[in-house]
Amino acid sequence: MPSVTEIAQPVGLTLTLALIVTAILLFVATPIAWWLARSQSAWKAPVAAVVSLPLVLPPTVLGFYLLLAFGPNGPGGLIAPLWGARTLAFSFEGLVIASVLYSLPFMTQPLRTAFEAIGDEPLEAAATLGAGRRSTFFRLVIPLARSGYLTGAILTFAHTVGEFGVVLMIGGNIPGKTKLVSMAIYDFVERL
Amino acid sequence: MRRTFLLPGLALAALMTVSAPAAEISAAVAANFTKPAEELGKAFTARTGDTVAFSFGATGQLYTQLSQGAPFEVFLAADDKRPALAVQEGFGVAGTVFTYAVGKVVLYSPTIDVTDGAAVLKANAFQHLAVADPRTAPYGAAGMQVLDRLGLTETVAVTGENISQALQFIESGNAELGFVALSQVVDKPATQVWRVPAEDYAPIRQDAVLTTAGAGDPAAKAFLQFLQGDEGRAIIEKYGYEVK
Repeated sequence: MPSVTEIAQPVGLTLTLALIVTAILLFVATPIAWWLARSQSAWKAPVAAVVSLPLVLPPTVLGFYLLLAFGPNGPGGLIAPLWGARTLAFSFEGLVIASVLYSLPFMTQPLRTAFEAIGDEPLEAAATLGAGRRSTFFRLVIPLARSGYLTGAILTFAHTVGEFGVVLMIGGNIPGKTKLVSMAIYDFVERL
Repeated sequence: MRRTFLLPGLALAALMTVSAPAAEISAAVAANFTKPAEELGKAFTARTGDTVAFSFGATGQLYTQLSQGAPFEVFLAADDKRPALAVQEGFGVAGTVFTYAVGKVVLYSPTIDVTDGAAVLKANAFQHLAVADPRTAPYGAAGMQVLDRLGLTETVAVTGENISQALQFIESGNAELGFVALSQVVDKPATQVWRVPAEDYAPIRQDAVLTTAGAGDPAAKAFLQFLQGDEGRAIIEKYGYEVK
């Protein structure tokens, strides 16, 4: 039977990761979703496709490319030396970055739908009443889109908890540092 | 309209089944043996005309599929545990288990000179050492035995799910070095590969077994015979395995 720490440690790590990723994505996905909902740009469809890419790619494939990107020969090799590491992989920070990318569509899509559902009229009404862009966004858009925020947050959190292929590839399964619940479960199953 | 297309189609299908003279063997093969297996398959086809359809996967997964009635006729595992277990559980044919290859563990690094691998490990001047999961992958377990043997029990390793992933960790530069199978790096320069002395780890015997699904197929038996023949053994050795 697995010991308590063998279970508690990955559970704690996973919940921390999911909370951080959800918090980051609330900020990162909002402008992207807003732009996707409101923009008339020709780039809208391509950007939407790129944002949705993690839905299409098999997690291990995405993980493989992230591994290349995180390594000394990729962009990760430029960033990681700032704190003395060689690579972004095999660290909790690396897991956060990978999870943010992987869960991006799960936050962006509900927000985009919620923003689109608001329509032009409330925004125009707010403008005629003299509201600035900032106060329109915080006092009108966010309250009206709250169901989208709730859905996005729940989906992102759940998706991060359940993630396996990407984090296994990026994390290296180091106990206490990158070993998450999904890997712990997999290990227990494989040990049967 | 549809019926007129269906008839010639049926006739063609009937013709194809009749005109196929050679047998097709389905083989479940451990993923680390992918390259030699493909070459063995080609050589076997050239000699007998029978073809081999390979399903590659992790030994544990293939074993589970077999136990659930997967129609593999031949099972080439990456260990000697699963084939014996298959016989014991009744889906392997007793008396058909044999060691087709013995795997060798190496320390591999594209950037560090590992001619004296033991010294490199002891110097510990690296950040990440990659191994396959020691609990599930035989090469991972062997790697950990080597570390134990050198008294380096404190060395923290990053573990890949299997040796392919361990190799990807190294090839992508994320880990500087790691334990992989010789078969994976058999074409690399000598300074990048340290062949671990055989006495430093328990031998990694890869066993094969004929399954009950293949018991009545002479072609499946012929393929297993072929693996033990001179031509088969030469191919297996070429890929960095030892043969018995």
